[in-house]
Amino acid sequence: MNPNFYVVLAAILFTIGIVGFLVRKNALVLFMSVELMLNACNLLLVSFSRVWGNLDGQVASFFVMVVAAAEVVVGLSIIVMIYRARHSANVDNENLLRY
Amino acid sequence: MTALLVPLVTGAAVAYWICGPIMVLAALGMILFRKAVYSALSLALVMINLAIIYASQDAPFLFVVQIIVYTGAVMMLFLFVVMLVGVDSRESMIEKIQGHTVASVLAAVGAFILLASFVGSSLVSGAVGLDKSNSEYGGNVQGLAALLFGKYVLAFEATSALLITAAVGAMVLAYAERLTPRLNQKARAKIRIEDYVTKGIHPGPRPSSGVYARHNAITSPALLPDGTVSQDSVSAVLVQRSGLADADALSAPTKKAFAALDTAQGPDEEEL
Repeated sequence: MNPNFYVVLAAILFTIGIVGFLVRKNALVLFMSVELMLNACNLLLVSFSRVWGNLDGQVASFFVMVVAAAEVVVGLSIIVMIYRARHSANVDNENLLRY
Repeated sequence: MTALLVPLVTGAAVAYWICGPIMVLAALGMILFRKAVYSALSLALVMINLAIIYASQDAPFLFVVQIIVYTGAVMMLFLFVVMLVGVDSRESMIEKIQGHTVASVLAAVGAFILLASFVGSSLVSGAVGLDKSNSEYGGNVQGLAALLFGKYVLAFEATSALLITAAVGAMVLAYAERLTPRLNQKARAKIRIEDYVTKGIHPGPRPSSGVYARHNAITSPALLPDGTVSQDSVSAVLVQRSGLADADALSAPTKKAFAALDTAQGPDEEEL
């Protein structure tokens, strides 16, 4: 299997993640888009690990997963906290710092 | 004859052409569904398919970790928060900035072209393969372990600090101080009796829903001894959502059956 196919797939997924992050307004869906982008990068890391024939790429992918897990925990608790204060998960409503 | 034994397609190609389109469709679904729950489930589908692609790319350890950590832990965390934040909260599609969606899609297409052209300029024709690396220490997991606890041991230790910090941070952020004292059983009983004395609210439990010959759903109201409907017997939420079931219609079959019995019994008794 030619590695270029995986690169194209990862690029498509990453682009979809960008669109989701820019277009959607629900904080949770924004977060999911970020996860999608992280996953696309993981796919690249694993693919190139196979291209070069060493496992460092897979270790890097593993670290990305660990950091993503930590990030999700903190990010989701921030979303819950904002929801408690504003009763909304819409990012357009979080404009307190503007004033 | 030996030429036929060479497989025309490899397992990786099959996995790619099955899982790849599913992943792209699910990812599109994730950004197009209006409800956050559907988005979360679409993302879970993307992640499971990604795990299968990992498995086809000589990464069995990441295949398992992807399913356990991403699909199992991260996505379930997402679903929990979707439950907390409200499943029904639909997001408004009103654009605060004119032409926001169009501009965003254009920017993303630009980013895709950038990615594709950059990576396209350094295309690789073939893969070395991981057979040698995987077999060096006896397997994929052993090879990863040798790297994690050898070359990358400091990064691994830093990860543990990161995880602890994240756990503490989540607890601090999600902690909410109780502003009113917790009511115990005695206090609740006292409030109930006070309500009875001052407002005349019955202190006992409310009546259960009605039981009819053919219906006993919780939306069917109970009848009081005088035949009127007891409003308390059905939850206010249910009444608001689907309305109170018509007690007359519910008890009609029973009344009809009794009437039929009466007319049927009349001549029988005369015969005896």
